Amino acid sequence: MNFPIYMDYHATTPMDPRVLEAMMPFLTNKFGNAASRNHAFGWEAEEAVELARKQIADLIGATPKEIVFTSGATESNNLAIKGVAEMYAERGNHIITAATEHKATLDTCKRLEKHGCRITYLPVLASGLIDLDMLKEAITDKTILISIMYANNEIGVVQQVREIGKIAKERGVLFHTDAVQAVGKIPVNVIADNVDLLSLSGHKLYGPKGVGALYVRRKSPRVQLTAQMDGGGHERGMRSGTLNVPGIVGLGKACELCRQEMDSEAKRLGALRDKLRAKLEAELDETYVNGSMESRLPHNLNISFAYVEGESLLMGINDVAVSSGSACTSATLEPSYVLKALGAGDDLAHSSIRFGLGRFTTEEEVDYVAAKVIDVVKKLRELSPLYEMFKEGVDLSKVQWTAH
Amino acid sequence: MAYSNKVLDHYNHPRNVGSMDKSDPNVGTGMVGAPECGDVMKLQVKVNPETGIIEDAKFKTFGCGSAIASSSLATEMLKGKTVDEALAIKNTEIVNELALPPVKIHCSVLAEDAIKAAISDYKKKTGAEVPAATASH
Ligand SMILES: Cc1ncc(COP(=O)(O)O)c(C=O)c1O
Repeated sequence: MNFPIYMDYHATTPMDPRVLEAMMPFLTNKFGNAASRNHAFGWEAEEAVELARKQIADLIGATPKEIVFTSGATESNNLAIKGVAEMYAERGNHIITAATEHKATLDTCKRLEKHGCRITYLPVLASGLIDLDMLKEAITDKTILISIMYANNEIGVVQQVREIGKIAKERGVLFHTDAVQAVGKIPVNVIADNVDLLSLSGHKLYGPKGVGALYVRRKSPRVQLTAQMDGGGHERGMRSGTLNVPGIVGLGKACELCRQEMDSEAKRLGALRDKLRAKLEAELDETYVNGSMESRLPHNLNISFAYVEGESLLMGINDVAVSSGSACTSATLEPSYVLKALGAGDDLAHSSIRFGLGRFTTEEEVDYVAAKVIDVVKKLRELSPLYEMFKEGVDLSKVQWTAH
Repeated sequence: MAYSNKVLDHYNHPRNVGSMDKSDPNVGTGMVGAPECGDVMKLQVKVNPETGIIEDAKFKTFGCGSAIASSSLATEMLKGKTVDEALAIKNTEIVNELALPPVKIHCSVLAEDAIKAAISDYKKKTGAEVPAATASH
């Protein structure tokens, strides 16, 4: 085993060596500008970009012309949401999203609110899923866009995307999904799922950082966007800027590998994740899985160890890279808004750990991590006044705390 | 975040972990913080009624590594002090000793609050004893 053990694949993934191999020529001698139409350097770059476009399209059931390259999913989300808001401003100004979206979506919506858009932030159920009836009720004749993520980056909960897409289609509203955590991990198909716009990112699927794509539907309906970057009119005018050829080649190769290996990988990781969970739950009482276990990415486990604070747990398992929803581990000193949205209470958010398994995770690592976490949680519960009170039968919700 | 060696030492080898009998008249118990805020400290002192000196101190803490270290250190500082000396302990002493970064200063404040709460509980108990005894006559 190599230490530290990486189990934070939702944050980012290491690049697959086969991806780097595909990129290498474009980082060295094949350095042409894909927009250079009159010499071989440009032609070979363009050819590589078009191959990548096809590799990406094939993974999500799109056609190559529907793929727009960006710098990553933050930009894809910005372009999709702002681009629609601006393009369809005459039709309406209302956008529906959810409380558990990534900041790249939420903060984009917040900015649009300042510019006259009305945003509905749907709450989620304890499962992490949105309520489809609530979604239907939220749609008005001013609604132009629904933006709901495919799978959540913290709790791995997979939304009922196909249903959401159907509702959007029936009501004539565009549907954007931030599919960063889902693409390449579980089957995603823009036709079957009724998706109009879809964001994906290279570094979450074993490709390079700083490259991503936005799928923009071209047929029934033909989606139009107002560009958010002015310049040379690249990417059919939707995203100006010289293409990041090595990055794009890497993203394409990464998508091709995911398409080939996704089914067996999902099975393997699902079994490892279930083993991790079973081991933890066999040895530790008072553990709570956050969000639905049924509608979840196979490689995600987000679990709270009650009466133990997340950062102190991370400190004890310092040879394992995972993350926590604890306030102490966030820049804002607030516990995770995603876990709060589940309504489980801030105390469980402070006690949560996110395990993200991935392509290079081994069974040996899972066994090691389980044993280590069990050991440290037990040690910290010895230290925990809350665990002591719980064991004495004190109802912690009735205690008068001195909030500070 | 990188932790100082002192914080790591207290986290890995916490001093004086445990609980004393809350109903013992010589034991003062302080519990501060809240689970929703991510830290709760329980700190107890056992005072020799003859000398007024803190003979033992114990803690249990739910919180980050710096909170655990702050309360562990507090128990070490308390032992051997008089009740009034204990009340004079300032959170800045804990900050300096553990080299806490600015975002962790609240951990030391909580430890100071826990000390004050424990001592005040002890004082309440000793003050309350006299009328209770008189009443029984
Ligand atoms: C769900 C989700 N959306 C968007 C992003 C942003 O992606 P990028 O890092 O490519 O900008 C991330 C990654 O942090 C994510 O997990």
